Parts: sequence; C-alpha cells; structure tokens
Amino acid sequence: MADIGAKTGGQGSSPPALPTWPDEVYRALKDAGVRQVAMVPDAGHSRLIRSFEADPETRLVTLTTEEEGVAMLAGAWLGGERGVLLLQSSGVGNCINMLSLPAICHMPLLMIVTMRGDWGEFNPWQIPMGQGTRAVLEAMGVIVTRADEPDLVASTVQGAANLAFNTWRPAAVLIGQRVLGAKNFKELARK
Amino acid sequence: MTHPNALLHRRDVVNELLRARGDLLVIAGLGAPNWDVSAAGDHPNNFPLWGAMGAASMIGLGLAMAQPKRRVLVITGDGEMLMSIGALATIAVEKPANLTIAVLDNERFGETGMQKTHTAAGVDLAAMAAAAGIRTSRVVRTQAEVTGIRDLAHQGSGPVFAQIKIHPEALVFVMPPADGVILTTRFRRSVLGESALYN
Repeated sequence: MADIGAKTGGQGSSPPALPTWPDEVYRALKDAGVRQVAMVPDAGHSRLIRSFEADPETRLVTLTTEEEGVAMLAGAWLGGERGVLLLQSSGVGNCINMLSLPAICHMPLLMIVTMRGDWGEFNPWQIPMGQGTRAVLEAMGVIVTRADEPDLVASTVQGAANLAFNTWRPAAVLIGQRVLGAKNFKELARK
Repeated sequence: MTHPNALLHRRDVVNELLRARGDLLVIAGLGAPNWDVSAAGDHPNNFPLWGAMGAASMIGLGLAMAQPKRRVLVITGDGEMLMSIGALATIAVEKPANLTIAVLDNERFGETGMQKTHTAAGVDLAAMAAAAGIRTSRVVRTQAEVTGIRDLAHQGSGPVFAQIKIHPEALVFVMPPADGVILTTRFRRSVLGESALYN
C-alpha cells in the first residue's frame, strides 16, 4: 500500500505502484462540472491537487481553514458554478457551524475527506477527530459515503457528486486510510 | 453638517454604498449589517446571512469568481470579519478584481449586548488586509470616503477592503426573508435566470 504523501516506499524492496484512483477522481469531478476547488492540503489529496494545478479551467483556492471553503462554495453556487472541497478529516471539525449554510439553504456541497485517526493510525492526536468525523458530518445534515478500496473511490465520488448537484444537498466522501496508507512516524524518524 | 470627527451612522453608510446599485450583487453578514442592507431595500440580488458567522467574505469570493463580469459587495461587521480573518489572506492571494469588502466597524458585538470587539482595542483590520496583500485597503471615517468606496465597488479594480468606523447605535431590525431556500433561490433566479429553478 503506497503512502503517496511520504517519500518512503511501502513494504518490501520493490517500489509501490502509484495509485491511479486520484486520476479517476479528477475525471469524475471534471465530468460533474466542477470549476472551483477549495482545499486545505492533505497528503492523500496531493496527486488530485496536482491535477487541478495543471488544469486551466479550474480555480484552485488554498484556504487558511476548511470552513472558508464551505462558504466559498456557497458563493460559487449562488453564482452558478459547481465546486468541491478537499480536506483531511481533522478539518471537518473546523467546518461544523459553517455547514449550517448548505443545510439551511439546500445548496450542493461536495466534500472529499481523506481520513486520519482511522485504519493503521500512528498518531494518537488524530484519533478524536478521525473517529468523530462521520458523526459530525451526519449531525450537520451531510450525507456521508465512504470508500475503503482504491477501486471504489472514483465511483463513490461520482455518486456523491450526482447526489449533491442533483438534489442540492451537502454530501461527503470519506476515503479511508486503508486506501491512503497509514503514516508510520517511527519509520520516518529513522530516515 | 456633522462634526468632522463624529462617527458615521451605519444606515447612512449602507444607503450610500448601495446608491444606484444597478446589478451589484450584495452579501450581508449576520446581525446588524443584514438589517442595514435590508433597510436600504430588500432586493433579490441581496444574500443576507442569518447565521454561519464568518461566511460573508468567502461567499463573496466564491461568487466573484463564479461571476467575474458582475460586481460583488460584501457588507459585514467587525465581529464577523474577525471570526474569519484568515479569509483576508485567501482573498488577497486570489485577487478577485470584482470584489469589495466593506466592514461596518462599531467596535462591538452588537447582537449580544454591545460587548467590545478587538477593534475597540485598536486592532486595525484595514492594516491586516493590506498586510495580507489587499492593496486597496482603507479606514473610512467620512461620508465622502464612503462614496469613494461605493465608486470602487462599482468600478474599481479589486479586491477592495474598507473598515468603516461607525457609531455603536442599536437600530430597529429591518428583516429580509429568513428562509435559506427562499434567499438562495431568488438570488440564483435573479442572477442565472429561470433555469436556476430546475434541479
């Protein structure tokens, strides 16, 4: 399992194959008509972010905190554009009150959340928000789906995008650490 | 004739900002800025917030990017702007030419008992916006300067930021529709046409 955020390889001597699911997610988001991408970077999103960086049709906006993106994409919708918010699970906590906006206004909001505090987590500080991510989103009216297999990520994103943009509701896709690969700080510390 | 050092009155300020508004798109932050914008005349091109504190300026950015040929004016309060102060950095980086942010700064949390905000202790929002990289950033203390911001909102090269010092007066609430679906739908219908009604 590759950790695409770290330069270290996976287990064994052969380098891991680069995951292709971020490229499929990029195509799914393009097909969904996404024009604005708001993000606080996460290693798990790095390949997808690079695709958008190279895409002149898409406005890629780096936020100082994730709730900015919830508001920004509400503005995009008011102006007739579709967007996506890329964030790590820890950033979901930052969004809580701002999620009132898509909930009460029946606006689409598509969030793609890379999980921490999940399968194989090494850092105990990631556990509280990682374990609370789904509950927080659902408490605020966001429809949550989850992908734990690389082959299912793009179709899960596609389904959430259709749901968000066709029914005008907030929807989030959680991408599990089983897909992303868990960081191993002890291994990194030895380098 | 008002004393040159007298604080501006918030509804005079907003009436001037919205004078001959044309097809200006307006985001109003929650609380008194919402009531002020509504007092100037409810309008489908207004999106007045009743919650989501901290959202106003970033809604303005998303809208300005989606509608680059339209002018977008965010009118909000000092407490609301302080809650999303990082948005000034995000907006400065994106440089939306069609976005103006006007902060009605009464140095108070007006809806909760007029407690002092950080600006009462001298926190300089205009300097923070300028330091973030918003080059046209002003502290405004006169109606003539308000007219200057009004003109920049309509024709200037943004992003524009104005910290408008106003009197900490509590005025009667003038309320627009409160339902988010109504506010969203009428705004989108006005900007995008009838197609905005269809999923």
